[in-house]
Amino acid sequence: MSLIYLTSVGRIEEGLLEILESQLADVFGLRVGCLKPLPEPSYAFDPKRRQYSSVAVMHELMRVCPASGARLLGITEKDLFIPVLSFVFGQAQLNGSLSVVSLARLHQEFYQFAPDQPLLQERALKEAMHELGHTFGLVHCPEKACPMSLATNIHQLDLKKTDWCVSCEILLQEAISR
Amino acid sequence: MKSQWEILVVDDEEVMRESLAAWLKEDGYRVDTAASGREAIEKSREKDYAIYFVDLKMPGGIDGIETMMQIRKLRRDASIIIITAYATVDTAIAAMKEGAQEYIVKPCNLEEISLLVTRIIKVRTLQRENAMLKKRLRKTYTLNDIISKNPKMQEMFRLIREVASLRSTVLIQGESGTGKELVARAVHSSSDRAEKAFVGVSCAALAETLLESELFGHEKGAFTGAASQKKGKFEQADGGTIFLDEIGDISPKLQMDLLRVLQERSFYRVGGSEEIRVDVRVIAATNLNLQEAVREGRFRDDLFYRLNVINIQIPPLRDRLEDIPLLTRHFIERLSVEIGKDVEDVSEDALQLLLRHNWPGNVRELENSIERALVTSKSRVLTRGDFSFLAQEVEDRDPWSVPAVTLQELEKQAIESAIKRTQGNIKEAASQLGIERSTLYDKIKKYEITRS
Repeated sequence: MSLIYLTSVGRIEEGLLEILESQLADVFGLRVGCLKPLPEPSYAFDPKRRQYSSVAVMHELMRVCPASGARLLGITEKDLFIPVLSFVFGQAQLNGSLSVVSLARLHQEFYQFAPDQPLLQERALKEAMHELGHTFGLVHCPEKACPMSLATNIHQLDLKKTDWCVSCEILLQEAISR
Repeated sequence: MKSQWEILVVDDEEVMRESLAAWLKEDGYRVDTAASGREAIEKSREKDYAIYFVDLKMPGGIDGIETMMQIRKLRRDASIIIITAYATVDTAIAAMKEGAQEYIVKPCNLEEISLLVTRIIKVRTLQRENAMLKKRLRKTYTLNDIISKNPKMQEMFRLIREVASLRSTVLIQGESGTGKELVARAVHSSSDRAEKAFVGVSCAALAETLLESELFGHEKGAFTGAASQKKGKFEQADGGTIFLDEIGDISPKLQMDLLRVLQERSFYRVGGSEEIRVDVRVIAATNLNLQEAVREGRFRDDLFYRLNVINIQIPPLRDRLEDIPLLTRHFIERLSVEIGKDVEDVSEDALQLLLRHNWPGNVRELENSIERALVTSKSRVLTRGDFSFLAQEVEDRDPWSVPAVTLQELEKQAIESAIKRTQGNIKEAASQLGIERSTLYDKIKKYEITRS
């Protein structure tokens, strides 16, 4: 049985979900599987902000999340927000099952640069590790290179590596073995 | 350690309230929420939060500014951040005038809110460290500074509260490192003598004549080197408390002098003829079994009864295992600040190792072990590897790895350690060894074991 499930929320960059599937299996040491894609999240659209409510997407994920104890990560191209913040790269339930990552601000095109496929994949992996890490109870890490550190902009996300720091690795393994 | 701080988010809109709370939790803080100003005020009455996020516009008669004013009445130093969707100069001025620490307009960017929270928490941390360091400097420890949820310790706290304001002498008994001085200071600071001096003397540290002069003072010329008159500890403690640590180690002559002070509340300085009267509460402590010492004639029984009016027994750490996680986290929090290491927690398997250790040196040994682990640790979490120096000792205690000795030698060692563990209490040692008391006496004689 897979312990981490991935799904796309609306149409996303082709092939990305499959790459994440094998990379996440590696970094978490768990079985990862893909669920069937979810439709475009028009229900979450806020016309005033012209963005998508991350809370509404999480509610939709809750509806399709499989067994208890499993984690579900939704990946969307839509730009997500929570009311108090101008945007979020993603959101997760701390010690819960659900998480979501937005690719909108991970594309180089968002910052008026030429597309860069490998960079997008790397950023998506770091952000997926970060949000899934929260579901295993990890909080923001002071090590800037750790995927669990807080990134408030794309530059900080690029400073992260795709390996856990020693502390987060210990806490993650303890959470997984519980 | 962010998890020490709790933040209250106040907003009538559920989505707004819960999403901000969830984000702050991800950042490592503990978060509570309130759906109205009224609920927020009630919650702040019960608990002081590190930061209050308060929405400006809330229905139900109490808006954000009113909520803030009410909270400020209860918590003068509260850090309050007003959140609003409508940025006008007037509301900003009103909020700041009423004491809002910050004012943010939603939606704000992640960087702004993160910097704001970090800055406020940094100030709160410094304030707390400052208070902690002042406390350590003045050594004004109270019962709240003794960390325990063990029932025997709770019983001890109750006893301390009951007897704190009496003048009766207190005898504190406990193994080395259990915190006898901390308990003595707690008795003093819970009493009506708290504002007066607490004077501590370690009776084992000084030779007999020196101790006598230390306790009672001396007149000029009383002995070679007594160039001027000196007040003793009893005089220094007048109106307050004198703490006589390691009382079991004092000489027979001093035992008699002390008995006189306890009976008559007066004494003479060494070489003096003037009777000095003092109002001092005596708290004595020892890690020896004084009852046993009295039975063996090493300690005066009349002095023992004078000292033992109120008896406080501090259980060893191995008998209060439930306190090990609490104490470990407390020491990490305090020592990581002192050492300057960014360590926040201890891993589960490291805790298991600490729970298996026997702690002959009790809380002091635990504190030293945490300090040693912190110095060498490379991560934010203390791991089993950081306590490898203890792991070796735990393995050495494994009953299946006993050294190659004769059965008789093994029996002798078992008896010696049982006697040591029970502080020479033969009845208890025999019970722990699972043999009759008479059998134990026979074996003590056979192996020529000393009982002290």
